[in-house]
Formats: sequence, C-alpha cells, structure tokens
Amino acid sequence: MAKRVINMLLPLCGIGLALLVWWGASMAVPDLPSPARTWEESKIYILEPMAKRGEMDQGMARLAYYSLIRVGRGFLLGIVIATPLGFLLGVSPLLTRMFDPIMQVLRPISPLAWLPLGLVVFQKSEPAAMFAIAICSMWPTLINTAVGVRAIPQDYWNVAKVLRLSKFTTFTRIIVPATLPYMFTGYRLSLGIAWLVIVASEMLTGTPGVGGFLWQEYNSLVYAHILLAILTIGIVGFALDRLMGMAEAKLRAA
Amino acid sequence: MPFIEVSGVSKSFPIKGGTRHVLQNVSLSVEQGEFVAIVGSMGSGKSTLLSLLAGLTTPDAGTIRIGGEPLKGIRRDAAFVFQNYSLLPWLTALENVRLAVGAAFPELSRDQQRSRAQQTLEGVGLGNALARRPGQLSGGMRQRVAIARALATEPQVMFLGEPLGALDALTRESLQGELARLCGEGDGRVTTVMITNSVDEAILLSDRIVPILPGPPATLGTPIEVALPRPRSAALLAHDDEAARVRTHVIATLTAALSGTSRTRKAAAAMRQHEAESSERKATEMTIPAAEEAR
Repeated sequence: MAKRVINMLLPLCGIGLALLVWWGASMAVPDLPSPARTWEESKIYILEPMAKRGEMDQGMARLAYYSLIRVGRGFLLGIVIATPLGFLLGVSPLLTRMFDPIMQVLRPISPLAWLPLGLVVFQKSEPAAMFAIAICSMWPTLINTAVGVRAIPQDYWNVAKVLRLSKFTTFTRIIVPATLPYMFTGYRLSLGIAWLVIVASEMLTGTPGVGGFLWQEYNSLVYAHILLAILTIGIVGFALDRLMGMAEAKLRAA
Repeated sequence: MPFIEVSGVSKSFPIKGGTRHVLQNVSLSVEQGEFVAIVGSMGSGKSTLLSLLAGLTTPDAGTIRIGGEPLKGIRRDAAFVFQNYSLLPWLTALENVRLAVGAAFPELSRDQQRSRAQQTLEGVGLGNALARRPGQLSGGMRQRVAIARALATEPQVMFLGEPLGALDALTRESLQGELARLCGEGDGRVTTVMITNSVDEAILLSDRIVPILPGPPATLGTPIEVALPRPRSAALLAHDDEAARVRTHVIATLTAALSGTSRTRKAAAAMRQHEAESSERKATEMTIPAAEEAR
C-alpha cells in the first residue's frame, strides 16, 4: 500500500520540480511566460479541444488529429516500403553488402533536409510531408527487420530444410513469426521518428496541425502557445509510444 | 542389396590453421527395415556421419547410395529427429506435426492433414496436449512431438541424432521404451540409423551396433550384432546374458580405441577371451553335476 502511494507520488514530485524550474526560468527571462500565464492564455485550446474558430485557431484535439493523420499516412508508407526491404536484406548478404553504404549515408539525414527536396519533387506540401516522414522513419524498421531475419536460429532453418518446406511456407511459417518481435521494435522507433518529422515539416510548410500552430504562434508573438504546443507534442508522442509498446508486448505474450 | 550403402566416405572441415579430418574411409551398409545404432563418445564424428547419411552435407570422397540411387540432398521419404527438438515455438504441437504432414502429403486437405497429425500424436501419448505450444511442454513431451513429427510423414528411412540426449536420465529411460515400441513393431519396419553415446540405449533399440572409433580421423569398428528378441525392455535386458556380452564387447572396443595403445587393445582382447572362457566354463560346470547326478 505504502509502495503504491510512493510510486504515484514520485512522478508527481518530478513534475512539480520541473514546474519550479520553468517558473524560475520565466522569472529570469522576460519573454518566457510563467506556468500560470501559460495556463491562462492556453486554457481555451485545452478546454475546447474540438472548437474550430479559424484555420489555425482550433482546439488542441483537432490540431493533434490533423498531425496524427499525416503521421499515420507517412508512417504506413514508410513501413510498407521498409518491411519487405528488411526481409530481402536479411536473407541476402549480397544485397546487404550492395546497399549498406547507401543506407548508412541516407540514415542520418535530418527531415529538414529532405523536406525541400520533397517540395521540389512533389510541388505540394502534403505529399512532400508524407515523403519526408516515410524516408526519415523507414530506417529503424528496415534495419530491425533485417537484423531479425539474420537472428533466426539455425534450428529453424534446419526445420525448413529437413521438412522440405516450400519457400512460401518457410516465409509465412518461420521467417515472419520469428522476425515479428524485431519488426515491432522497428515500428515503434519509426513511429517516434515520424512524429518528430511531422512537427518539423508542419513548421516549415505552415500546414494546420500542432507544428503549424506552434510556428504561427511564434510569428504572432504569443509565446504561451508555443509552450502549449510543445507540451501537446510531448504528450501525444508519449501516448503513441505507449500504444505501440502495448502492441509489442501483446505480441511477445502471444 | 542393402538399402543404405556407404563406401569409403571421408569428410574434412577447414578450421583455423588447417583442416580437421573428421571421417576417413568409412564404410557401412544398412539393410531395409534394419535399425542400426552408431555408438561413440562426443566429438567422435557421429553427427558428421549422420549429416552425410541424411544428405545435409556431401562427402569429400566416397559414395553414399540409398535405395540404389546415389544420395543427392535430403530424401523425400526421410524423417529426422534431432537432439534439440527444433519445434517451432509459435505453433501448437498439432500444428507442428501438421506442418510436416502438409509438406510430405500436399495433396491431402488441411483437415485430413490435421487428423493424421492428431493420430500420430495420440500414438506417442500426447492426445491431450495437442493445443499446447512447445513452451508449455516438458522436455520429454517436446521430444515426443518431434518423434511424432518424424513418424507422421510415414518415412522409409529415419535418422535419429542423439534423440534423447537432451533429456534427464529418468525421462530418457521412459522414452527409450516408447521408441523401442514405435520403431520395433510391425512388419514394415522403418530403416533407422541412430547415433547415440549410450550403449544401453543402442542395445535396447537396435539390430546392429556400429562403434565409431575416435580419431581424428574417425573410423568405424566392426559392427556387432544385437540378436535379442523383440519386444525388448530395459528391465529384461538388465539381466540378460547376451545383452551383457554385447555390452562388454562394445565398451571394450570403444575403450580400446580411446586409449589407442596396442597394450590396452591386447588387454581388451584378453578380457573378451576371458569372458568367452568363463561363460564356456559356466556351461561345462553346469553339465558336470547333472552328469554326476545322473550316475
């Protein structure tokens, strides 16, 4: 009983300390709003999450929803490309050697660098954002899936050989189930990156969403809303990660 | 003509700093329906020999013929039981066996495959564990599933690679009895080659024991017939004179080869001679009093 109380109190203490630091910083820096002022100026967005007063002047839930839709599309595109490629690279050392240098060079490129390229190629901001999300978030899925395939114990390959299973059966009955945990770790990491990218891309292109809202409020000098957007981004990202984690855990238990 | 014919087979593996000659000029023949046990200690090369027989690797020299044809890869009508189960952990016991049945008999429907798998599993005593995953089964039960998986494909030849090696002594004993029953009954006995490090297991299950004499490179000793009637049980064999003779013979051969000096080989030969003489003496001793009584 006491343990449970302490377990609930400790995170609250952490949050309390963080708020103190924020308040202290807001005293020191004149432009930075204090927690109290942030709440005053932001509560309308939180208390009326589904309101739509203007293109950029919407409740937090609506804005988050737009961002999530974009993330969903880009993330799905990313994993649809990365998963089969991951399998291919996992089974073929030749292909791995062929494409490894390219992968290592493309992997560290920031979304902010991909976005202008996306705009050039696709002309419009929505497809450009989707492209940027897909190409930035695909790497963890690709790499983890390939690693998962390479990690399949020789025992299972022996089963396929000795039972003379067809290539298709080997894929569906051995490769996919054995690689599933690795794939889901990849999906979780990819989703995290996708969420990062969407904020950056919305800021650059000014499309409605949490990132777009943040940039707009910065330009309108309403700094409290920047902090509101930051907190929203963090909380939504955390929720996404948690959901993926639950899916992953369910898989391991299965 | 023997069903399995191995002639002059040699196999080496490249290792750091040279090659390891595992087998040299190994020859063996197995008749159809025969159960042959290859007995030797760990690292003696028996797994390599089994791999060659199974078609998992190819020999560097010599030929292997099964059913009259040279061996090219894994035979369609062959079944395997490995030491370490190799069951797929995300499939149930039934599904694991069905997978094998499906691959061997693709013309059967899913349901037919499933019922065949169920029958075989019931035959090894796992009728009430069909829906369990390997993780929920004990080591002995997992090995039974592996055995069921091998038998369900109705093979012509079975290769058992130390099938009971990963089990504790008690489970091993009970499964030996099961294996003896499964492999030893009926007319259409499956030709079986088993490798093991247990002489008693070999005597319980096989028709002929082939000792593998460690090298490197390893060679095969003279096969020793196990002319004991079936069905056999460990309890009966514990008191059987013939079984004891075979046991001594095999162990003597293996020990002599291990020590490798001619002195110990002579000692082993002397021991065999002594055994033969003492059993002769026992026989004559028993008749003399009878003759005296008769007078």
